[in-house]
Amino acid sequence: MTRSLAPRAFSFSRLAIYSTLLLACALYLIPLIVMLLTSFKSPEDIRTGNLLSWPAVITGIGWIKAWDTVGGYFWNSVKITVPAVVISTLLGALNGYVLSMWRFRGSQLFFGLLLFGCFLPFQTVLLPASFTLGKLGLASTTSGLVLVHIVYGLAFTTLFFRNYYCSVPDALVRAARLDGAGFFTIFGRILLPMSVPIIMVCLIWQFTQIWNDFLFGVVFASGDAQPITVALNNLVNTSTGVKEYNVDMAAAMIAGLPTLLVYVLAGKYFLRGLTAGAVKG
Amino acid sequence: MATLELRNVNKTYGNGLPDTLKHIDLSIESGEFLILVGPSGCGKSTLMNCIAGLEQITGGAILVDDADISGMSPKDRDIAMVFQSYALYPTMNVRDNIAFGLKMRKMPAAAIDEEVARVAKLLQIEHLLTRKPGQLSGGQQQRVAMGRALARRPKIYLFDEPLSNLDAKLRVEMRTEIKLMHQRLKTTTVYVTHDQIEAMTLGDKVAVMKDGLIQQFGTPQQIYNDPANLFVASFIGSPPMNFIPVRLQCKEGRLLAVLDSGQARCELPLGISDAGLETRELILGIRPEQISLAPAVANGLPGIQADVQITEPTGPDLLVFVTLNQTKVCCRLAPDVPTRVGDTLNLQFDPARVLLFDAASGERLGVNVTPRQIGADNVAQFKGR
Repeated sequence: MTRSLAPRAFSFSRLAIYSTLLLACALYLIPLIVMLLTSFKSPEDIRTGNLLSWPAVITGIGWIKAWDTVGGYFWNSVKITVPAVVISTLLGALNGYVLSMWRFRGSQLFFGLLLFGCFLPFQTVLLPASFTLGKLGLASTTSGLVLVHIVYGLAFTTLFFRNYYCSVPDALVRAARLDGAGFFTIFGRILLPMSVPIIMVCLIWQFTQIWNDFLFGVVFASGDAQPITVALNNLVNTSTGVKEYNVDMAAAMIAGLPTLLVYVLAGKYFLRGLTAGAVKG
Repeated sequence: MATLELRNVNKTYGNGLPDTLKHIDLSIESGEFLILVGPSGCGKSTLMNCIAGLEQITGGAILVDDADISGMSPKDRDIAMVFQSYALYPTMNVRDNIAFGLKMRKMPAAAIDEEVARVAKLLQIEHLLTRKPGQLSGGQQQRVAMGRALARRPKIYLFDEPLSNLDAKLRVEMRTEIKLMHQRLKTTTVYVTHDQIEAMTLGDKVAVMKDGLIQQFGTPQQIYNDPANLFVASFIGSPPMNFIPVRLQCKEGRLLAVLDSGQARCELPLGISDAGLETRELILGIRPEQISLAPAVANGLPGIQADVQITEPTGPDLLVFVTLNQTKVCCRLAPDVPTRVGDTLNLQFDPARVLLFDAASGERLGVNVTPRQIGADNVAQFKGR
């Protein structure tokens, strides 16, 4: 008989550890559970039952109504987020490539200044940004909002890619130059294929930032072009009529699901990329 | 197949930094194997990057087949390089790694396949073609890196310390293989190393560098037997040359170097007769293998008695350390004569092979008198006795 390394015997310290962990876990999960439960309840059920009770009848009516209200804005958010994430990630990769592999006089200073963008609070850039968008003729357009997100995200994506490429031996670039590859060929054929892990990091980061953004959305988009975060706010904050908590909760879930999905999907690729792209020597 | 000539090449990074390369002048014939050797920071890798075009020179010219290439971009120079870290493209398999340079040069697909097959056969990596670099051992990666260089059939190969990441046994194997490859392909090659064994064994010509200057340029034998200065003499050879501080005496118009082992003295006749030397601080250079046990029957070579302080049997040789002029001196003796610490040995030197350096400048004295001539003089003297 081999003995397991884990102690079999019951002990109070172990019980204390597990109960603390369970409690913490519950604290984190309860809001989500309340949201899920409430979203599937009928309005009467919400009025009569308590917060944590199981729905008397599981109904999708809240979800349907929520989708009718915020569904259009959901697609607005997709139209804003997808181009902004893709473009800011690509430009960040290009920036990082130049700042690590093709250093020029003053490139360190340039990088340092770019990093300031990571520390700028959203509020400070609102006025200059809206002024610039007005001059460009992009005020209150989806393209304008996309542009703001791209510019604001560049500081982060550049930082990610630059640091990642700094750990790539520059002999790779020199070898490719001798092999006859040019600036963009080296980027596209050698470096980008190696960048899967950091691309995933960037995608998760940028997607979360842009999808969840409220301030830029509420300032730079108007009417039917608003992102889902703004629509959700408008829905929840309506002061007329009966409060439909099931609709509010379902709409909040709809607004939150894509980021959750990106974490689940890209997180897997992220891990895979980390192990497969390992460079030796 | 091309000649390579460097004319007064200079490289500086500006900002008041000292020049990285200073007045590099050398040329090699088509098919020759040039070694750039020196301690780290001597500029040898910079010089190689300049030849490849990865760094721009700030003065002088680089000529391949008498055409100036110093202004050309790396891809137009028709030069291939093997990097110390191999620099294999990690996301491509071995086949694509080798084919990349050919694809970039717009070679037709059929020709690329043929070339990859040829190179793979040459380097015996046919079974590895579908693997990624991460799945290869160090020696295999090394072969693929060489394959990538070979596939393009460039005018010149550059090797940047290609063996330094391999273990000792593999390094010796690959060294022989590189030499074999060069003998077969006869492509002009420049090879950077800090390993003096690689420099001696591989090179047709060796350039010993230090502080951005070429200290000496010549065949391995010239570098070994006829070093231009103290640095070259100390850098090449293992175990290194012994450097013994000496004073000269003048007897009957001949200069003698005095050696003292603590129990005996020896006057070593030198084939030079420069009057000013007696007053200067000088250093005598003797390679360990140029010190031998005196035979029972005197052969006329000058000798000295000295106590053994340390013995280091290496297998083929027995390294014995004695003290001459308060300096530890290594002697490379045959291992079959039993020698123990404390024994007194009768050692002798071949004055023909002994070198003399100026202690202050490190320059070799009497360079214009080749050792062989000194040797002939001495033999004549001994015969005359």
